[in-house]
Amino acid sequence: MIRRRLAQALPIILIILVGNFLLLRLAPGDAVDAYVAGLGGGADAGQIAELRARWGLDRLVWEQLALYLWRTVTLDLGISYIYNQPVGLLILERLPATLLLMFSGICFAFSLGLTLGIAAARRAGTWADTALVAFALVAYAMPGFWLGLMMIVIFSVKLAWLPLGGLDTLGAGLTGIARVLDVARHLVMPTIAVSFIYLAIYLRLMRAGMLEIYGLDFVRTARAKGLTEGRIAWRHVARNALLPMVTMLGLQFSALFGGSVVVESVFSLPGIGRLAYDSVVARDLNTLLGIIFVSTIVVILVNLVTDLLYARLDPRIAS
Amino acid sequence: MVELGNLETFMVLSRRSLLASSAALALAPRLAHAQAPRRGGVLRVAADSEYRNWNPAIAANNGVFLVARKVIEPLFDLGADGKTLVPVLATGWTPSQDGKTHSFTLRGGVKWHDGRDFGSGDVAFSALELWRKLQNFGRDVFRNLEAVDTPDATTAVFRFAQPIPAQLLAAALAPLANVVPRHVYEGTDLQNNPANISLIGTGPFRFGEYRRGEFFRLARNPAYWGEGQPLLDGIVYRVMPDKGAVAAALEAGELELATFGGVSIEDMQRLGKLPSLEVVAHGYEALPYVSILEFNFARPELQNPKVRQAIAHALNPQAAVDTIFLGLAKPAVGPIPTTDPVFHTSQLPGYPFDPRRAEALLDEAGYRKGADGMRFALKIVPAPFFEQTRRIGDMMRQSLRQVGIDASIQNTDLAGYFAAVYRERNFDLTSGVYAYRQDPAISTTVLYGSGTPAGVPFSNQRGYASPEMDGLLREAAAQLDADKRIALYRRFQELAMTDLPLIPFVEFPLVSVASRRLRGHHDNPRWAVTSWGSTWLAA
Repeated sequence: MIRRRLAQALPIILIILVGNFLLLRLAPGDAVDAYVAGLGGGADAGQIAELRARWGLDRLVWEQLALYLWRTVTLDLGISYIYNQPVGLLILERLPATLLLMFSGICFAFSLGLTLGIAAARRAGTWADTALVAFALVAYAMPGFWLGLMMIVIFSVKLAWLPLGGLDTLGAGLTGIARVLDVARHLVMPTIAVSFIYLAIYLRLMRAGMLEIYGLDFVRTARAKGLTEGRIAWRHVARNALLPMVTMLGLQFSALFGGSVVVESVFSLPGIGRLAYDSVVARDLNTLLGIIFVSTIVVILVNLVTDLLYARLDPRIAS
Repeated sequence: MVELGNLETFMVLSRRSLLASSAALALAPRLAHAQAPRRGGVLRVAADSEYRNWNPAIAANNGVFLVARKVIEPLFDLGADGKTLVPVLATGWTPSQDGKTHSFTLRGGVKWHDGRDFGSGDVAFSALELWRKLQNFGRDVFRNLEAVDTPDATTAVFRFAQPIPAQLLAAALAPLANVVPRHVYEGTDLQNNPANISLIGTGPFRFGEYRRGEFFRLARNPAYWGEGQPLLDGIVYRVMPDKGAVAAALEAGELELATFGGVSIEDMQRLGKLPSLEVVAHGYEALPYVSILEFNFARPELQNPKVRQAIAHALNPQAAVDTIFLGLAKPAVGPIPTTDPVFHTSQLPGYPFDPRRAEALLDEAGYRKGADGMRFALKIVPAPFFEQTRRIGDMMRQSLRQVGIDASIQNTDLAGYFAAVYRERNFDLTSGVYAYRQDPAISTTVLYGSGTPAGVPFSNQRGYASPEMDGLLREAAAQLDADKRIALYRRFQELAMTDLPLIPFVEFPLVSVASRRLRGHHDNPRWAVTSWGSTWLAA
């Protein structure tokens, strides 16, 4: 299966790359316009023409596209116009922050959503269930950046409990456990901001799945066997309700990549999302396409893992 | 002293006497809490942009200067009065009568951060290879620079093929004449030299560390030539793209300073009321921005001077000052801001807010209201550089609709704006902005003269071409005498406001928010881009 899926991925990657290249070319203005505007004036026509030639932007579109595809085949992502650095290096610099944020966000949303979803389903119809469902609705409706800023105001500005931005304390020079704790403290608020909406989705999904499965015959059988309610909930119902959760997990992974842009800006985290945003503003085609290339591959891999996990959870799919 | 206004004497003030007089000025209002400057401490500053090149000898840009001018020094800096030059790496300047030769005496005993000696060879190399060939603005100001002679280590003689007015050169030296070490750059790919990021200069601070997307750190230069400077142990610029987060960081005491309007206007109002912070609207006198409204002459309606005048009468700059800038700005009277102590004149034709007069002028011009109450439609493209110019765009739209012009807004980002306005001419009106740079010949006249190739930023790409204006600008550009230049540029302002190819709308400084612990700050009209050698943090 893995080989077949990987073979399917190749045309997908090609379509995404060509599509994005052309889409980005449709945006008004190019990297030189953005650069020269950012200089604040004083550039002359000669300098501008020279820049366009040096950055290869004076060539025909199909020529640029062919060059770009060839470079990608050789895994050369080119040089970033904004930073004048190899794109591969830039992405490697930024990837850890984003992966850390995504990983902690998914763990937080998944584990808490799962637990609260089960809790709500087991108490369906009670005030506790109603309260949890209402909480999920509020969490779902709250935009990440707003939640982030509000948390900053409360926990950093007013209470001074948590640092308000960055990945670590500047110039603290911490190592070992102290550094891990420092980074963890910096990640508390961004994690919540990036994952609250998914927490709500997981909660609702788990609750609905549990309730549906509670009505099935095998649960009645389990009850008739004399199993405890706790065992039924965890071993029989929850495991079956997990399938849609895993689907969601795969989807969330792709969405988080994009959703981290805003949260990374609010918390000044040096992540991929912000790099992507800066690249769009600067029309930095190389960097943006590099990011899209890397995220395409990450998402395809995650989907593959999701499918494998699926097969493990539900033996019917494997066969 | 080198006066920008009167250049008859070229004796530069000695550093000590100048420090004494500016110190007296700065101390006067602060005697109440006068304290001895404290050494030590790291100043934390918000930065919103990062650059591919942080070398101020290549990129002349205030965002670059905010960081780089602490490390790399100019020949002269602008004095506290906005008219005199303060010696930095140069101590004296003698121009020749014909305006072709300018001889600079350089400071001796100065060392680069890597330990090598600074000398005239560095100045010659920077001028010929970087300012003249690569630097924005520099390529224009120094285009006729033929050679720089270096008879000894402390003398650099600039020889120009065409005369250059000393007044113009004086205005250009403070922002542009940034000297980098020849031994680091010579024989390398100048644009891609690693020292464009790991800066090497002679300044009070040396490069510490740059982590892209996170921070830029500078550390004290223990071998700095300036006695007792710097007072700070270091400066950290935190890259923070979100203005709301900057405001929160200032409030929480995680930052001591945000410059160049790094905090949104609403937050500024709130932060100014806190006991720990102050909003500072001075210290930007020589870095003024003018919000302008540009007309595209490709539209036949806008070729009619009456229509342009009518639009000027329809707009209410005072309302913009009060609502958009919360009073921290002034209605503009002409293309040269009132903060300019030399060239500005207010004896200019004005177009006061008067919607009825605007309607009458439009009627006279033959554009009567149609059945829907509208005369014609215009597309406004607001400059995305500042939130203020976007809001001015919205305000313009409302004002124009009130006099029967069906105005619509087309929002873009930086590159989109640039392509639409300066390359493709795809707009009717802009809510634009321009930075005035001490001498009208640097960034002002290019907005009015004709013949600039398409794609040149912040230039006249609107199709306005007036032989009278072009002639006047040529005459002024060739004039070497300071007083005659001033007179010509006053005539230029008159003509600009009579012809009205663009409307100067509001002049505004970009405000800072600073911790009250910060001392020795905003005491120069270009403070944010000066060396900060005498800035300190109270305990």
